[in-house]
Amino acid sequence: MPTVHNLPIPFTISMVKDESPRVKTFVLDGELEAVPGQFVMVWLPGVDEKPFSLVNDSPVVLTVARVGPFTSRLHEKKPGDILWLRGPYGNGFSIEGKKLLLVGGGYGVAPLLFLARRAIKQGCSVNIIIGARCAEDLILAQDFKEAGCQVHLATEDGSLGFWGKAPELASKLIPELKPDVIYGCGPEGMLEALRELSSLWGIPSQLSYEGYMRCGFGVCGSCERKGWLVCRDGPVLKVGGHPQSSLW
Amino acid sequence: MLPGFGDKAVPDLGVEICGRRLKNPLVLASGILGTGPELLARVARAGAGAVTTKSCGLSPRRGHPNPTVLEWGHGLINAVGLANPGAEAMAQIIAEAKKLLAPLGTILIASIFGGTVEEFAETARVISEASPDFIEVNISCPNVEEEFGRPFATDPKAAARVTEAVKSSTHIPVIVKLSPNVTDIVQIARAVEEAGADAICAINTVAGMLIDVRAGRPVLANKIGGISGPAIKPIALRCVYEITRKVKIPVIGTGGVTTGKDALEMIMAGATAVGIGSAIYYRGIQAFSLIQQEMAGLMQELGYHNLEEVRGIAHRS
Repeated sequence: MPTVHNLPIPFTISMVKDESPRVKTFVLDGELEAVPGQFVMVWLPGVDEKPFSLVNDSPVVLTVARVGPFTSRLHEKKPGDILWLRGPYGNGFSIEGKKLLLVGGGYGVAPLLFLARRAIKQGCSVNIIIGARCAEDLILAQDFKEAGCQVHLATEDGSLGFWGKAPELASKLIPELKPDVIYGCGPEGMLEALRELSSLWGIPSQLSYEGYMRCGFGVCGSCERKGWLVCRDGPVLKVGGHPQSSLW
Repeated sequence: MLPGFGDKAVPDLGVEICGRRLKNPLVLASGILGTGPELLARVARAGAGAVTTKSCGLSPRRGHPNPTVLEWGHGLINAVGLANPGAEAMAQIIAEAKKLLAPLGTILIASIFGGTVEEFAETARVISEASPDFIEVNISCPNVEEEFGRPFATDPKAAARVTEAVKSSTHIPVIVKLSPNVTDIVQIARAVEEAGADAICAINTVAGMLIDVRAGRPVLANKIGGISGPAIKPIALRCVYEITRKVKIPVIGTGGVTTGKDALEMIMAGATAVGIGSAIYYRGIQAFSLIQQEMAGLMQELGYHNLEEVRGIAHRS
C-alpha cells in the first residue's frame, strides 16, 4: 500500500511556471506515491486548506487556477516558499484498454496530464481534447504533445481550434478514434455531456468530480453528492465500465 | 446475516431505548456522514441500528475554515464548527431520510445545538415537525467556544435548563449528549436526568490540539478541536461506567469503539447502545457489519445469548 500522509507535511516550491493569466504550475521539492486522478489537501497556515488533483507525483506538481481568496494567496508563493500537503486521497483513474480519449475542460485538464504520461508509458495511444472559453485559457497543450499525445483544441469563442465546447468536439472525434475508454475532468456540465456520450456510444468513461471537502477521507460528509462521497468513493466516477473497487 | 455460526444459536444483538427497538446497538454518531438522506440511508443499509444526523441549529452555518478534520496517529481531531443548513432545511432532510429508513427498520436520531436555551427549544420544535425517532441535544461541542462560550455541558444548571426547555417544546424522546471536558460528568448526567432527559449519549469528543513545528502554529484553523477514535476509548469507558452507576436512564456509550470487543466493553461498562464514528475512518462503512459479527462471535465464545446479560457486568464488585 502506498504511503498516505494524514498530517500535512511541508514541501518546498522549487519552480513556478505561468500557464495562462489565471493558471500557475508549482513544482515541489519532494515526492508522493499516487495514482493519476488522486488529490492532495494543500494547507496554507493561517489561510485555509483545499483539495487539488496531482499533475505529477515525483516530483509533486500542482497546477492551480486563481478562482478565489485561497488560490490568490497560493499564486503569491515563490520558489523557496513552503506548501503543506496531506494525502494522496481518493480513487483515481484506472488505465483500461489501449486507445484512450481524454477530455479536459479549463484547468480540469491538469490531472489528465498525469494520466496521459502514465498511459503512454504503458503503451496506450492517447488523444486529448483541451477545451476552454478562449485561446488564452487553453493550457498544457505543449506538455501533452511532448508526452506523446494527439492534441485537439476547442474554444467556445472560436479563437483557436474547434469552435465549440470540448464534448461537441468529442462527439465528432469518437466515430473516427473509436476509443476504448473516455476520461474526463472539468466543469459539471462538461462531465454530464461526456456521460451522455458515453452511454450513447456504449463506451465506458471515467469522470473526475469536484466537491467541497473537509476531511478528504470519507468521514465528515461535506463532499456528499446523493450518498456518494467525492473524496472517498471518487473523485473519479466510473460510468458504464466495471464497478469501482473501493473501501466501501 | 451473521456468517460463521453454523447451527449454534446466533446471539441476539437487539436493544431497546425508551420503548424503541434497535435491531442492533450500533448508532452512527453525530457529525460523521450524517449530512444528507441518501448518506444516512447508506449507513443504515451498511447495518447501523440507528443513525444520527449532523447537528443542526436554527440558522445555517458555514463552519470553520480548513483544516477541520485530521487523523494524527491514534485517533482523529476535528473542529468543523457545527456547519449545517439550518433547522428548516434539516427538517426536510430528516423527513426524506425517514422515508428511506422506514423499510430498513433503522431508527433516526436528529441532533440539535443552540447558542441560547431558547434557540435549543426552537430548533427542537422545528425539527420535531419531521418526526425523528429521537432528538439528541448537543450541549457539548468543544469547537465553538469563542462564539458560544463554554458549552452548556460544563455546568449542571445550564445543562438542566436546556434539557427542560427542549423537553417542553417536543413530545419526541430526548437524548442529551455530554462532554468529557468537565470535572464531574456524573453531576451533569444527574442534572439532565432530573430535568427530564430520556437518555444520555456519552461522550462527545475530548478537547485537544495539534501543532505543526515547521509552521509553528496549531494545525486546525480553530486551533482547538475534539479528539475521537481509539485514543479516547478508555476515557469514554470510564465516563459511561461512572454515569450508569448513578443514573437510571439509558446511555449511548460513544468514544473510540472500533471493534466488536470495544462495543462489548462499552456495554459491560453499562451502555445500552454504542456510538460508532471514527471507526468508519479505520474500517470503512462496513464497520457496522464487521463490529456486529465480532460482537456475536465474542458473545458466543463467552456464553452470552443477548446484550441484557452483558450490560453493566463490569460494575460487579
